[in-house]
Amino acid sequence: MTLTQHDIDAEIAAEHAAYQKRVADGGPVEHHPRRDYAPYRSSVLRHPKQPPIAIDVTQDPELVELSSPAFGERDITGIDNDLTRQHTGEPVGERITVSGRLLDRNGRPVRGQLVEIWQANSAGRYAHQREQHDAPLDPNFTGVGRTLADDDGFYRFTTVQPGPYPWRNHVNAWRPAHIHFSVFGSAFTQRLVTQMYFPNDPLFPYDPILQSVTDDAARRRLIATYDHSLSVPEFSLGYHWDIVLDGPNATWIEEGR
Amino acid sequence: MTKIDTSGPEQVLPTPSHTVGPFYGYALPFRGGEDIAPAGHPDTVTVHGYVHDGEGNPLPDALVELWGPDTEGRVPTADGSMRRDPASGDFLGRNGVEFTGFGRIQTDANGHWYARTLRPGARGRSAPYLSVCVFARGLLVHLFTRIYLPGDEAALAADPLLARVPAGRRDTLIAADEGHGTYRFDIRLQGEGETVFLEFQ
Ligand SMILES: [Fe+3]
Repeated sequence: MTLTQHDIDAEIAAEHAAYQKRVADGGPVEHHPRRDYAPYRSSVLRHPKQPPIAIDVTQDPELVELSSPAFGERDITGIDNDLTRQHTGEPVGERITVSGRLLDRNGRPVRGQLVEIWQANSAGRYAHQREQHDAPLDPNFTGVGRTLADDDGFYRFTTVQPGPYPWRNHVNAWRPAHIHFSVFGSAFTQRLVTQMYFPNDPLFPYDPILQSVTDDAARRRLIATYDHSLSVPEFSLGYHWDIVLDGPNATWIEEGR
Repeated sequence: MTKIDTSGPEQVLPTPSHTVGPFYGYALPFRGGEDIAPAGHPDTVTVHGYVHDGEGNPLPDALVELWGPDTEGRVPTADGSMRRDPASGDFLGRNGVEFTGFGRIQTDANGHWYARTLRPGARGRSAPYLSVCVFARGLLVHLFTRIYLPGDEAALAADPLLARVPAGRRDTLIAADEGHGTYRFDIRLQGEGETVFLEFQ
């Protein structure tokens, strides 16, 4: 049976309503997707059915998961955070600057840690061999960037606006434009891989990956803000996006949490 | 909305997780990601296995990250896991001398991954283990687990986590000794023999 957008819309609405009922009944705010979120079909066979075993990190400050790998200047090159300068020519598309802060749950900056991004080109095509979307590759754009957060937790990338792209979750499934982010905290427990979206994308309600975050406020935290002060005259439009890492770190222990 | 107000802790809410998707393969894996142990180190172990879905099929698009201490149980502080060549922008590989403790491996077309790292030393009250973080298309939030190495039954019996795992599932956290310092550790995301996954609080 063909799976239509209408079918997926109904499933998304049902999951959203179920979450709102859980909260109304006293359940916790859910900041992250549930791994068994079925409207995203690839999740069906890839989520554990057993609950995870909880580890209270305050019981043992020696856990290796409370520390994190180190990255330094030799792990990046000078142009890694400028995706428009990695080839001999200029990539096609609208240049953008994306910047924000890497923070922990206490609002403190995460310093010196690795921020990696990858994205489709302006036509919505990834430079990946298995990518099937019939949109042009750009010989001047790979779409991979890396940087280290500075002493205030700030990161900054120059890139081009990625295009939306079709995928095969259901008939006429389209991903809203997004940039994939991978970040490290001061503890391995804070590891995060996520996606940043752009304001006012009309595809938001149709996308089961974005809608897998069923909490409305949490979902909004995935959407960057247009920031005119980050726009570079005669060059690029600016977007601000702060990233808050979840998961306990060593400072939680200091505070006795 | 996405300028986070840090004036009060109640405002600092986490950024939601999303799947790594199918197309990270040209971005996240790096040369030498699986060669974590310094070259020729006598305490090198090979860990390897498959990542399986709920029907037992291997995942050709899973990403495994390893993080572990050195043989004395010390947390590595060296950077340089993904050293770059400033001239070409390519990955240089590790320098073969320093131990960064971090590895990142994409499963191959058969769903298989491997890494060579140092045999971890014990820390705190735990038996020696490697921390594992698994990413995949279809997985909306990554999964943490641990690879314990077999051999020291007393240490494993005293481990605070293993003591809490139901007996029937405990073996999913302990690699199988294949001899010559090689250990097999399969990860089953769902179903029969489902790996024990962890949540840190
Ligand atoms: Fe994508």
